[in-house]
Amino acid sequence: MADKDTIRIASGQGFWGDDLEAPVRQVRGGPIDYLVMDYLAEVTMSIMQKQRARDPNAGYARDFVPLMERIFPDIVEKGVRVVTNAGGVNPEGCAQALLGAGRAAGVMGKAAVGRVEGDDILARLPKLIEEGHALANMETGEPLESILDEVQSANVYIGAEPIVEALRKGADVIVTGRSTDTALTYGPMIHEFGWSLDDHDRIAAGVVAGHINECGAQSTGGNCLIDWWTMPGMAEPGFPIVEANRDGTFVVTKHDGTGGRVSRATVTEQIVYEMGDPREYITPDVVADFTTIRLDDLGNDRVKVHGITGGPRTDFLKVSIAYSDGWKATGTLTYAWPDAAAKARAAGVLIRERLDRLGLEFDAVRIELVGWDSTHGPLVGEPPADLPEVQLRVGVRGKNRDHVERFTREIAPLVLTGPPSVTGFAGGRPRAQEIMAYWPALIRREAVEPFLSVTVTEV
Amino acid sequence: MARIPLVRLAHARSGDKGDTANVGVIAYDAAHFDLLRQALTAEAVKAHFGSMVKGPVERFELPNLHAINFLLHGALDGGGTQSLMNDAQGKVFSTGLLRMEIDVPDDVAATLPDRGFAPSDWDPASYGG
Repeated sequence: MADKDTIRIASGQGFWGDDLEAPVRQVRGGPIDYLVMDYLAEVTMSIMQKQRARDPNAGYARDFVPLMERIFPDIVEKGVRVVTNAGGVNPEGCAQALLGAGRAAGVMGKAAVGRVEGDDILARLPKLIEEGHALANMETGEPLESILDEVQSANVYIGAEPIVEALRKGADVIVTGRSTDTALTYGPMIHEFGWSLDDHDRIAAGVVAGHINECGAQSTGGNCLIDWWTMPGMAEPGFPIVEANRDGTFVVTKHDGTGGRVSRATVTEQIVYEMGDPREYITPDVVADFTTIRLDDLGNDRVKVHGITGGPRTDFLKVSIAYSDGWKATGTLTYAWPDAAAKARAAGVLIRERLDRLGLEFDAVRIELVGWDSTHGPLVGEPPADLPEVQLRVGVRGKNRDHVERFTREIAPLVLTGPPSVTGFAGGRPRAQEIMAYWPALIRREAVEPFLSVTVTEV
Repeated sequence: MARIPLVRLAHARSGDKGDTANVGVIAYDAAHFDLLRQALTAEAVKAHFGSMVKGPVERFELPNLHAINFLLHGALDGGGTQSLMNDAQGKVFSTGLLRMEIDVPDDVAATLPDRGFAPSDWDPASYGG
């Protein structure tokens, strides 16, 4: 490789459940070199781990396989390579299914599937603790041992090195487990441009490009506040494409003729999304300084990004651990004019009183009025008496599943036993959901990196 | 001085990390970034959100982007799947902050266009095409 000075890296999914047609449009709508898709969020891994417990072949983003069956012939013909963390907690199962999709799409002998494994440390947790890795909660400092029996998934955020290795070994489609969202984008840059991991500024630029790509259309006009009603063509928004240059600068754009917009405003909104301390955006491969980002709006849906600096990586990797932490349920009813809000609040008082009299115990009971204060809370003041309607939303959370289940039977009775002009109960009883709490921790690199592996298989 | 809602000077986007909501506020016009810097102290933002934010507010400037990032700790009822909030991921704390009223010089206020709201004659049926 290392013969191109610019590569086009297209984002195809912003999360598991995003627009299913977007990756197809990215591949067919114009020239690209890479299609990258982020499927994983904090909660996703625990859901996948449960799916895998029921079916050893499951535990990955299933949508990805039929998608690849559709676009396999396109990517083979055009030489587009796909990098995704769709492998979830079962990259091998995902890769096997992909090989089947490749055969069904008729690309035998024309494509190779790579998989990256080793980020999943669930089975190794007791041994790691025994070896002295406390995996203490980054927010509370508690050692993991205190909740070890409740842990449902444990995955280490891994960087770009295994992705680069899979690309070097000729994989056309690479599925990983918990690779960081940003590594999916800067892995191909490292591979194509031969950047050293010690070239902190360029790797940091790749991280920024990955951050702009990782939420799909959220950088190309989706969810953008600036004069929102003027956003064109949103029935089919263009997803972002990063045109990466060897020198670490890049341009954010989208395919010609697609909806949405790429401007300084749309890109800036995505840059600040889910941002912590912008001076220290920590990834497995570099610590990027987002305050150094410079944007030039070139017009015609092109924004140039440059000036980015970074510093050396840390000795630790972040671990995303999910554990069972009780149950919750949320129920709703709709109250109509007159006095809609007052009636809904009175019903909230009733339900609290009934839960108390039943002796039910919860860690939290929350009452919100959808249509008045469920988003901006007390910032909106008191509702007027002639509010046309409002939805009462009552939620409970607790360790005792039976108590949460009993709560789910307390919503419907309010229709006949509480304040008047109430409706909207046709959806039936609310469902009790298990709470998967998040336990962020750090682990030393050397406890994980030797376990990472890359396997490439011809379709 | 004139008292105006922040929505006329800035746009914003918010998201979550655990029980912390972040709000990135971006000046529409780079010339107004200093006004935002002066008005949007961590204390003022904490006071604006009141009981909605249980923990401290952290503040970081991004002058190149004429933006300020706020971390609102303890804003999401535990966050993630624990939270009982409708806005469990803090997606609309962004416009919650843009409700804040700040003082700006009269001559600045006089030049600011209306922002945030579509024109009254705008037809939602025209969106998406």
